[in-house]
Amino acid sequence: MKPARFDYVRAEHLAEVHDVLAENGNDARVIAGGQTLLPMLSMRLARPKVVVDIMHLPQLQTIDADKGTIRIGAGVRQAQLLGWPLLSDRQPLLAAALPWVGHAQTRNRGTICGSLAHADPSAEIPLVLVALGGTIELSSRRGRRRIAADIFFTGMMSTARSEDELIEAAILPARPTGSGYAFQEFGRRHGDFAIAACAAVATDKGTRLAVAGVADRATMHDFAALDGSALDDALDAFAWDLDARDDLHATARYRRELVRRMGRAVIEEARRCRA
Amino acid sequence: MPRLNATQRHRVRLTVNGRQVEADAEPRMLLTDFLRHELGLTGTHVGCEHGVCGACTIDIDGVPARACLTLAVQADGGTIRTVESLAPEPGRLSILQQAFRRHHALQCGFCTAGILMSLDCYLRDRPEPTEAELREFLGGHLCRCTGYTPILKAALEAATMLHKKRPEEQLHA
Amino acid sequence: MATTATTWCGQSVERVEDAALLTGRGRYIDDLGVKPGTLHAAILRSQHAHARIAAIRTDAATQVPGVAAVLTGRDVTALSASLVVGVKAPIECWPIAVDRVRYVGEPVAIVVATDRYLAEDALDLIDVDYEPLPAVVDPNDALDPARPVLHDGLGSNIASERSFRYGDPERAFAEAAKRVSVTIRYPRNSGTPIETYGLIAEYDPGEDAYDVLSNFMGPFSLHAVMARALKVSGNRLRLRTPPDSGGSFGVKQGLFPYIVLMSLAARVAGKPVKWIEDRLEHLSASVSATNRVTTLDAAVDADGRVRALAWDQVEDVGAHIRAPEPATLYRMHGNLTGAYDIRHVSVRNRVVLTNKTPTGLNRGFGGPQVYYALERLMQRVAIELDLDPIDVFRRNLVPSGAFPYRAACGALLDSGDYMRTLETALTDGGFAELRARQAKARAEGRLYGIGCAAAVEPSVSNMGYITAALTPAERRKAGPKNGAQATATVALDPLGAVTVHVASVPQGQGHRTVLSQVVADALGLKFSDVRVVTELDTGRDAWSIASGNYSSRFAAAVGGAAHLAANKIKGKLAKTAAAQLNVSPDDVEFVGGKIRARGNPDNALPFSRVAATSHWSPGLVPEENQALRETVFWTPPQLTPPSDDDEVNSSLCYGFIFDFCGVEIDRVTGAVRIDKYVTMHDCGRILHPGMVAGQVTGGFTQALGAALYEEYAYGPDGSFLTGTFADYLVPTPMEIPEPLILHVETPSPFTPLGTKGVGEGNCMSTPVCIANAAADALGVAAIDLPLTPAKLAAHIHAAEPAPRSRPTVAAAPIKGRALRGSGEAHADASPDAVWRMLLDPKTLEALIPGCHGVEKLSDTHFRAEVTLGVGPVTGRYKADITLSDLDPPNAVTLTGIVTGALGDGRGSGRIRLVPDGAGTRLTYEYDAAIGGKVASIAGRLLDGAAKIVIRQFFTALARHTGGGGKSGFFARLFGGRA
Ligand SMILES: Cc1cc2nc3c(=O)[nH]c(=O)nc-3n(C[C@@H](O)[C@H](O)[C@H](O)COP(=O)(O)OP(=O)(O)OC[C@H]3O[C@@H](n4cnc5c(N)ncnc54)[C@H](O)[C@@H]3O)c2cc1C
Ligand code: FES
Ligand code: FES
Repeated sequence: MKPARFDYVRAEHLAEVHDVLAENGNDARVIAGGQTLLPMLSMRLARPKVVVDIMHLPQLQTIDADKGTIRIGAGVRQAQLLGWPLLSDRQPLLAAALPWVGHAQTRNRGTICGSLAHADPSAEIPLVLVALGGTIELSSRRGRRRIAADIFFTGMMSTARSEDELIEAAILPARPTGSGYAFQEFGRRHGDFAIAACAAVATDKGTRLAVAGVADRATMHDFAALDGSALDDALDAFAWDLDARDDLHATARYRRELVRRMGRAVIEEARRCRA
Repeated sequence: MPRLNATQRHRVRLTVNGRQVEADAEPRMLLTDFLRHELGLTGTHVGCEHGVCGACTIDIDGVPARACLTLAVQADGGTIRTVESLAPEPGRLSILQQAFRRHHALQCGFCTAGILMSLDCYLRDRPEPTEAELREFLGGHLCRCTGYTPILKAALEAATMLHKKRPEEQLHA
Repeated sequence: MATTATTWCGQSVERVEDAALLTGRGRYIDDLGVKPGTLHAAILRSQHAHARIAAIRTDAATQVPGVAAVLTGRDVTALSASLVVGVKAPIECWPIAVDRVRYVGEPVAIVVATDRYLAEDALDLIDVDYEPLPAVVDPNDALDPARPVLHDGLGSNIASERSFRYGDPERAFAEAAKRVSVTIRYPRNSGTPIETYGLIAEYDPGEDAYDVLSNFMGPFSLHAVMARALKVSGNRLRLRTPPDSGGSFGVKQGLFPYIVLMSLAARVAGKPVKWIEDRLEHLSASVSATNRVTTLDAAVDADGRVRALAWDQVEDVGAHIRAPEPATLYRMHGNLTGAYDIRHVSVRNRVVLTNKTPTGLNRGFGGPQVYYALERLMQRVAIELDLDPIDVFRRNLVPSGAFPYRAACGALLDSGDYMRTLETALTDGGFAELRARQAKARAEGRLYGIGCAAAVEPSVSNMGYITAALTPAERRKAGPKNGAQATATVALDPLGAVTVHVASVPQGQGHRTVLSQVVADALGLKFSDVRVVTELDTGRDAWSIASGNYSSRFAAAVGGAAHLAANKIKGKLAKTAAAQLNVSPDDVEFVGGKIRARGNPDNALPFSRVAATSHWSPGLVPEENQALRETVFWTPPQLTPPSDDDEVNSSLCYGFIFDFCGVEIDRVTGAVRIDKYVTMHDCGRILHPGMVAGQVTGGFTQALGAALYEEYAYGPDGSFLTGTFADYLVPTPMEIPEPLILHVETPSPFTPLGTKGVGEGNCMSTPVCIANAAADALGVAAIDLPLTPAKLAAHIHAAEPAPRSRPTVAAAPIKGRALRGSGEAHADASPDAVWRMLLDPKTLEALIPGCHGVEKLSDTHFRAEVTLGVGPVTGRYKADITLSDLDPPNAVTLTGIVTGALGDGRGSGRIRLVPDGAGTRLTYEYDAAIGGKVASIAGRLLDGAAKIVIRQFFTALARHTGGGGKSGFFARLFGGRA
């Protein structure tokens, strides 16, 4: 179980990253925390010709918070964000979800943006972005663009990122006053990818539920102010819409049931925590 | 930095256990192989090479992380500590190591280096962990022999002893 | 001569092993230096569960700079003989595939190169043509004569079949008030040590001899199998073990075929060869426990007294019946009545072959499978007769005072007081409180269950038990096999220090510490005065076929042998000392590093001085008292060969375990929470309480893994699904509660120290104890492992109403990588135009995702090279596409087979074209199966992968016809189930 050969570039300027990506296309891979890329390399599931390391670029390593948003650079590791003193105040949903991403030892290296780039359908970070209506900032030789999270993820490990683009940052809205959040996850073991994870955001406009682990990407739905059996019905319809599949660890039917029950629980909790 | 060619070996310089060391590696070489077979530090073990078992955990730039999920070239210029650095001197064990021995927190010892490195880092930052916190933190390690109970006991006891001792002597005693 | 009071045994001294292991100074196989020029091996493994190998092309691999040799089945058969098979059947068992692969992971070729990275590069260049065959996966299917046969020589997939009868079971069943029955399917799981297999093999052509250093753990009966396979006499195969091993739990027995393989690789390469198994190889192709289908019936009196048992066991040993199988099935044979006094038993045993990895030793060896059936049955007896389960135990346990007790199938239960132990467990473990907790939880509407299990834990296997697989006539022909030779050597050096050598091959169980305690006690020394060497060298050390680390034989057999060897030396030293002390040898005692006259402590000699005498002044010592080195071989007389009536005392000692637990099942998730777990052991005398606790908690943890998380899962096509630690779920500290451990000690009368084994018991009792609790919580009769949340939730969640807003879709199968789907697309071209595109290689090239050129072999047969990728996972494949059932321009069936290094897929889809306005509506249904590496290690990706590839195809088709790009297109196209 050893990687095939590849060149390695430790980028010292952002332009170097853009050049490597532009010149090598799908044969280049960014390496950030490496917590996903390395197993893929060692199993030879991924065989890039060149790997470009973005972890020595100071401009990618910042967490910038202004009034309305939090911008997390591509070099920010999950542990670094968890240790950011303002996190639970500015973005409690992310604070609740991050401890579910792998283990302390993998969070010490894994990045926020690496998880977004990988777009695992069970991953927590894409889920949070989708739930909060975050955006992803991409850059390349061609320029820079921002894309809303719910259209960035296009399917199982597929995103709207072009081969020549770097995810430069993830941008989240900060918690508006009077909003409520809740997060719950169920996996087989601690630290495993979720069988289902639910994140809810309650504001004065209504309640949004986003689910990971069930569809081929994190998926959200707005439930307005529904409750009682109307909410159950809406959750049921949402659960079916997610088009769950059977796998080794759980059946589709089981996943739908988790969406109905866990979904309801987080919606109610988010509303309570708003009140 | 220039592009490191896939087929060549490149000099990797880093600080390991307080010493400057260097050796050559192809870009694809895993840090585990580099430490074990190039630097001869065989105390760091390999159990899965895909990040789950935790046997390869070492201190990379001050935090516990998987050596098997790191390329040697990524560690160039970095600072690493491995299990070989834990004992204060030959023939003596650190407080944490002693607690492991007292509680029979190891059997085959294959997972142990990773667990010790994780705990060594953790207990520095968190002097009084609860059992629940320790459990969660050690959730990143697999041990097939002990059933974890004695590991948790050893870790809790070491935490208490270290807390009493600090700050002068910290982990080593 | 007087015996000395025990001092070290019974204490939890700190282990002598630990200082090195805690400081990174362990010496495991991969830590040891190798000879300069040593080469590294990597193995190409089968991606198919069952296939004929049409061709293997290794030229490209051979030409890679740094590659020294490439071996295939041809080379191996030319240089060696088949591994001997443990049943009388005309079949061969090679350590590498020969012309045919029979399980995913089976070695197909070996590359030997200057380093492992290079060796793996060369593996990628080996090209194998497989002709897939249908696979047999389910053991019950293997009984079906209509299924394909794995080994032609056998004529069926049943490798061994035997029936046994003890007492008068027919009559007992005829007379019984009730017949209670369970059918269980025990899954495959494994101890998966954190250190994998490893070895360094060397061949000396001058002497035609092999020397292999490996973390093989025994049994060394397999030394004979390996030497025969290598076609050398036993003294030309020298097996050595490193000082440390990273756990085994039985599993490192399964290294032995690789010892043969790599020995041959070293011979061909002309250099030492090192091979360290990686985790993917380990999970897919080392060994696991057998999976077994058991139907067990009990003839029961109205009061719950069980009169007879009828066992029907179908044992699945995988693709080869590899030594020592079918041992898993027979290890428990003598004690198939468990801890109960049941006199009538019938047994039908069938051993079947399936397209799965061959099985082997695994902690609990045969016990988990047997007790899962037996203890599920005892719970059913209580439920079906409406009795308290505890009363059912009380009525059936072997009565106090009946020991040694000869069980119906031949086990001689050496010692114990099961009744008293049960009652102590109930009292000290707080059973009444647990029942109160349950009542309270249930009153609150929670799903709370209590489970119990009783088991006898056999230890020190009778090397003859496996011959119970043969008929008495076959046994007579083969000659009797029996016993369990244990050996220990105690040596004195010129400074009078004591060294112990054993052949117990420890895997982390602290043998060096315990033997120091045992020998120090015998000789009146400090335990730190004694040094123990456990690395084994079959070329130099004392050993026998029973040597090794298995069947919990250490404390009872090896510890006992060390005690005897120490006493033998002691007897001689006592005589030498007696002469100098002027007392009779009977009045000499060994205390505190001194040998002294009893009652006169001042009349004493230093132990070391007397111990050195035979080195320095042998002339002073009569020959019979020379004390330099004593080797003892010990085998217990109770371990006799199976009788002509097939009674077999399969083990020497039988510990007793009684477990109970309370579990709660989450109503939403179906997750099991262990609220309380109590495990009571009688393992005879305890030498080191800390280590016994370690064995119990360690075994408990593995058992809990088996109960709730772990399974080596296979798809219906034989693809292996749990190839990483992300899918084979070993519990972490988050999943493991601390059990309450209780002990009762009734020493074994048959072992020198009164000890018995203890390390395997929880693997036998715990899975079924938890399952019984879960069954109690849910009120279900049938429950199989692992108890996954989804499986349990199916009993909790009410039936799911059909979705209101959309048609129901047939659910895909629960397991395996069979994918099924359907969808529709719209093309802006007439059916005729679309039809022409589908048959045109140029268009197909544009449509097939990642296609590099379509070669047209006939009008309906195409070949292509494709690069398929999902997210970061990309691989190059050969695709073979055929069109069939053509109904122009209405429908066509497209069948594709893709093969590549990452795996293989085959899919078939029927495409229908229906005019739709000016364009065409395409509807399609497909069935696909994906196997190989991707299925094993990235199963989560696959559904998505197939979906994406098929979507790409139809998106391209739509785009090609101008149908793409419209808003809502995706919704329309894939609102179905692509
Ligand atoms: C044991 C274990 C358990 C885990 N459990 C979970 C879990 O429960 N939940 C979860 O979400 N994750 C889990 N992960 C994965 C998580 O740890 C990773 O950190 C994360 O998915 C990827 O982040 P990374 O920085 O390590 O990315 P890398 O591994 O460096 O990269 C991942 C992919 O993204 C690309 N990439 C990375 N950064 C960028 C960028 N800025 N721009 C463009 N492309 C980029 C890479 O080329 C690569 O294809 C687990 C990992 C391990 C080893
Ligand atoms: S070897 Fe690195 S986590 Fe297992
Ligand atoms: S001590 Fe053996 S794996 Fe932990």
